[in-house]
Amino acid sequence: MKKTKRILPGFGLTMGVTMSYLSFIVLIPMISLVIQTGEAGWSGIITAITDQRIWSSYKVSFGCSFLAALINTIFGTMLAWVLVRYRFLGRRLIDGLIELPFAIPTAVAGISLTFLTTDKGWIGRPLAELGIRIAYTKVGIIVALTFITLPFVVRSIQPILEELSPDFEEAGRTLGAGSARIFFKIILPELKPALLTGFSLAFARGLGEYGSVIFIAGNKPFQTEIAPLMIVTRLEEFHYEQATAVALVMLLASFIIMFVVNRVQLRAASYVGG
Amino acid sequence: MKKSFIVLAFILAFLAYSGLGAAPVSAAEIEITNVSYDPTRELYEEFNAAFQKYWKNKTGDDVTIVQSHGGSGKQARSVIEGNEADVLTLALAYDIDEVEQAGLVAKGWQARLPKNSSPYTSTIVFLVRKGNPKNLKDWGDLAREGVGIITPNPKTSGGARWNYLAAWAWADKQYNHDEKAIIEFITKVFNNVLVLDAGARGSTNTFVQNGQGDVLLAWENEAYLSIAERPGEFEIVTPPTSILAEPPVTVVDEVVEKRGTRELATEYLNYLYSDEGQRIAGKHYYRPSNPEILKEFGQYYDLSTQLITIDDPLFGGWATAQKYHFSDGAIFDKIYTK
Repeated sequence: MKKTKRILPGFGLTMGVTMSYLSFIVLIPMISLVIQTGEAGWSGIITAITDQRIWSSYKVSFGCSFLAALINTIFGTMLAWVLVRYRFLGRRLIDGLIELPFAIPTAVAGISLTFLTTDKGWIGRPLAELGIRIAYTKVGIIVALTFITLPFVVRSIQPILEELSPDFEEAGRTLGAGSARIFFKIILPELKPALLTGFSLAFARGLGEYGSVIFIAGNKPFQTEIAPLMIVTRLEEFHYEQATAVALVMLLASFIIMFVVNRVQLRAASYVGG
Repeated sequence: MKKSFIVLAFILAFLAYSGLGAAPVSAAEIEITNVSYDPTRELYEEFNAAFQKYWKNKTGDDVTIVQSHGGSGKQARSVIEGNEADVLTLALAYDIDEVEQAGLVAKGWQARLPKNSSPYTSTIVFLVRKGNPKNLKDWGDLAREGVGIITPNPKTSGGARWNYLAAWAWADKQYNHDEKAIIEFITKVFNNVLVLDAGARGSTNTFVQNGQGDVLLAWENEAYLSIAERPGEFEIVTPPTSILAEPPVTVVDEVVEKRGTRELATEYLNYLYSDEGQRIAGKHYYRPSNPEILKEFGQYYDLSTQLITIDDPLFGGWATAQKYHFSDGAIFDKIYTK
């Protein structure tokens, strides 16, 4: 074997570690998922796709996760912008708060969000008088998912914004561009890959989220049942293969979505690159 | 590069192997693990202390009891998947039957201890808001329009299966075994459910903390805990008929054989039937199975309630009831079919 000199030694070792690590953490569990589903046969998969109740749970999960990720993409960008571009009292504190949704157990987050947003809660009561219900509706699910996935978008964008020198904006302005044009033509293209990453991470995390949603959703069949609950239900009945069939369908769907997002990202990158 | 990969794979394989190989625990440590379900935490804290004292007096040995709590079905699964429990104390026999199916508990385990292996029992009651504003007295009232019910989902919560079956038992009598009418009634009840939480603790939280609904269908012991926690806010309504909830206990044969803890684990469970064990259960609002000691706690319980058991011909035991009511596409699912 021809040895090529590299600047950093230990490629073989690190590659070995990488492969073993990926096998243990990702590949083996994935394969066992496929094998377990295989035990259910095609009928299990077909049920997981055609059952009306499971199908409506996919719609709830994918729809709510998508909206939550979208909300975070918009407001997360704003938040990151404020944190990077302005200096104000309490900035560090707010910066630290961003990670809070990761730090507290999701069940705790779910219980306290529900407590606040029911028609008896501090936030929920005035809204209920206006006819808006949060807890035990899809809105509640979106609220919980938005909370849980907040850090992804902010933390993906922050480093890019920090690197992005205000000089570009000034250059644009001296050339006569308006604020909107500067944002859409200069800042947004730079942020796009990071935005897509943050969006995909938030979306994927939202799909799998169980602990917090379960408290705020109300879990009404056909209305606010999420797909992970359908999995847990089947586990609870000791039907492992049916549970994994639902999981497999979700996995495939998310894989396709991620793939599409990545293609979009690649195309965007090549477009920007010229 | 290839070589180091292989070496690494060997190292990892070796680590994994030695990790697994280290599992057997020597009997000299005298430690047993009790895998239980959620609402028994306080009960077993007190019982374990009492048993440790009893065992110390009897044999001079110190025993450590490791407690594990969670949803009943989840706990059973963890044991099937290798969580080494010496004894199981779960919410319903069906969950232990699954462990038996996996070959860890001997066949016919439920006949090994008195009273269907249930040293304490409970029943399903209505927890209502102070003054019972909706005037809910019996199961029939739950189907009334405008009544908001909170109950966990019987599909995800073992404990909630008792709720559903208790309602079924009432309707069976009311509608004279007319199954169509029974299902119609049950459908009305579940259409009145505002929030279908995944577990019993979630439902209690929804009803007690978040103020949702008019009635919480709860185990009697849980209902008493809520009253003790927030006195003056709730009342318990014991319907004239309900179901006898039997949370069973057993040693896990596979594990006690391997660890050599059979004698200790068996004695531990037997002690639940002793006068002291029975009184501790009573103190934590479970109904002691010993009728003499049950009487001591008579002020808590409406002993006139007619309690039907799961082994009644109406249900035919857990295996049958589970299949008939709760399996995929069975009656409970049909309630929620569009």
